[in-house]
Amino acid sequence: MSDQTIPAPEAAPREPRHRAADDAAYLEVIDLQVQFPTADGMVRAVQGLSYSLPLGRTLAIVGESGSGKSVSSMAVMGLHDARVARISGSIKVGDKQIVGMSQDDMRSYRGVDAAMIFQDPQSSLHPFFTVGDQITEMYRAHNRVSKAKAKERAVEMLSRVGIPNPKRRVDNYPHEFSGGMRQRAMIAMALVNDPKLLIADEPTTALDVTVQAQILDLVADLQRDFGSAVVFITHDLGVVAEIADDILVMYAGQAIEHGPVNKILGTPLHPYTWGLLESIPALTGEPQPLHPIPGMPPSLLAVPSGCPFHPRCEYKSRVPDDMCGTVHPELVPRTADVTRASRCHLRDPQGIFETEVLPRLP
Amino acid sequence: MLLYIVRRLLSAISVVFVTLIASFALFFLAPTDPAGVICGPRCTPERLHDIESSLSLDQPPVTQIALYMKGIVVGRDFTTGGVTRHCDAPCLGYSYTLGQPVTKMLLAALPVTLSIVVGGAIIYFTVGVFTGTIAARYRATPLDRVTVGASLLINSVPYFVVALLVALYAGFLPQSGWTPLLTNPLLWASGLVAAWLTLGLTNAASYTRYSRASMIEALGQDFVRTARSKGISERRVVYRHGVRAALTPVVTILGLDVAYQLTNALFTESIFGLPGLGVLALRSFAQYDLPVLLGTVLVGSVVLVLMNLVVDIAYTFLDPRVRLG
Repeated sequence: MSDQTIPAPEAAPREPRHRAADDAAYLEVIDLQVQFPTADGMVRAVQGLSYSLPLGRTLAIVGESGSGKSVSSMAVMGLHDARVARISGSIKVGDKQIVGMSQDDMRSYRGVDAAMIFQDPQSSLHPFFTVGDQITEMYRAHNRVSKAKAKERAVEMLSRVGIPNPKRRVDNYPHEFSGGMRQRAMIAMALVNDPKLLIADEPTTALDVTVQAQILDLVADLQRDFGSAVVFITHDLGVVAEIADDILVMYAGQAIEHGPVNKILGTPLHPYTWGLLESIPALTGEPQPLHPIPGMPPSLLAVPSGCPFHPRCEYKSRVPDDMCGTVHPELVPRTADVTRASRCHLRDPQGIFETEVLPRLP
Repeated sequence: MLLYIVRRLLSAISVVFVTLIASFALFFLAPTDPAGVICGPRCTPERLHDIESSLSLDQPPVTQIALYMKGIVVGRDFTTGGVTRHCDAPCLGYSYTLGQPVTKMLLAALPVTLSIVVGGAIIYFTVGVFTGTIAARYRATPLDRVTVGASLLINSVPYFVVALLVALYAGFLPQSGWTPLLTNPLLWASGLVAAWLTLGLTNAASYTRYSRASMIEALGQDFVRTARSKGISERRVVYRHGVRAALTPVVTILGLDVAYQLTNALFTESIFGLPGLGVLALRSFAQYDLPVLLGTVLVGSVVLVLMNLVVDIAYTFLDPRVRLG
């Protein structure tokens, strides 16, 4: 284990994790639309998404499969095929505009300003190249260094993410790593060029529960050290509570609730978020039947009119004049608290949550 | 690895053995009369009997098989009209019609077929993988559509028609014919060019489509998306990460194709006048020349088994996850 004593890479002056909310945004997404023309019509995967994220903060994007959380983050990485996807709006990372960026600029942006960790490290690492090869490739793509230097850097990164015996492990193939180690290697690769923005797309979903916690700790740890902005995509609210500062709940390609994690999870103001919380089984006490959200997420080919959630919403009758089916609600602050916003017509969501939903929660 | 190869070779020998017994049995069950063929129309019963005993045709089938096997392993003596000829191991007997040792005939024909097929394979594999990769990279563009259309068109013309057309109309190609490589490499190559091009281009159409399909699958893999997220050039993503992954299934098909073509190069050989195994097999079949026919079956099964082994070994170099043992 003596290999583990290699010093961690000298990071830029450490940034405190929690900074004032008025901090300058490093990532700023404004009115993002991502659409895919298909034979069946236009798939509206992301509609009018806006959020911003300063350095040193973690934003969790939560939602069901097909809610647009991955698609929007792929757009931030510039990973959509321009021949397939239609992207409009604005994505600013630092002072770079990602929407409409040229392929050449994209190449020097990806992997340097922003890097991504993918869901399944088994399929996201190339099976035919060694782990070291894959890390050095990313390092050498953006730094003019010798192969030996790059390999040193790879060993250093592997040791930084807690892989034992990195000098030997660097020459292993991904299949010789365990699932958790593969994800650590993936993280080492993503961080090799010190990106200021890290996007983690369900990085723990494919992993063992015990390993999940380790990976979450690692990401939180590295974020503290590198002071980067982290976008964490997940559908696991437990994970959100553990590592995020802010939360953005997505439904049918739209943000439906956005704000600081403790507020949103403490008193959610959107019936969809209530549904998500009510779908978590209690681990203690008498087993209670779950109260799941009825119905299915809508097809992105035909997103419902008005509020996209209204066909599944149990509370829509509380809103007069069928507004839910006809008027598209804005994502705006619904209470005196302006740090949070939700997209719902309900008059007193806080009251409904406290009197009706909260007692049902475990 | 070495142990694995030894084990595979041992099992290969048993496969070849079973093939031999089966084809031997089939030939005995067939209503053929090799002695009569050799003896000719004005045959006396004495002479017929003499021929039969010299070929051991008067022995029971099991003894004949045993003698045949013995010939392969240690050699064997043939006595015709009081004259004894020793046939060295591996002895496959003498041709009924030409009187030559079968082993010698096979050894003369094998390099011809080998040259045709290996040369053709190099062409179709290279061309096919290249065009297939390009088509996959520019999928759904006119370039891709033209490539796929052309390869379908070439594939739908029967192979022997293409070969005939080349033989008849490609006057600019050097005259086909066989010269051993060691005698004169230049003549060897020029005599094979027409066959190589025919085999190469017709099969390149199939390999274009295999590689395209394999490449499209590879480019949709998560690790290609990861490669893109690294900020490396699209060329590098496609040609390093994509091709590397797409190659394995194509190499599998290549191994089986080469084995198949080595035993079925009949059209190429006969159209371009090259004295290979296919021509030999056809001729001996037409003339009930059983020892030669059996010899070609033997070579065919050996080739097939060996090529399978080669493909399996090639896997360990292509895919680090594959360990033989």
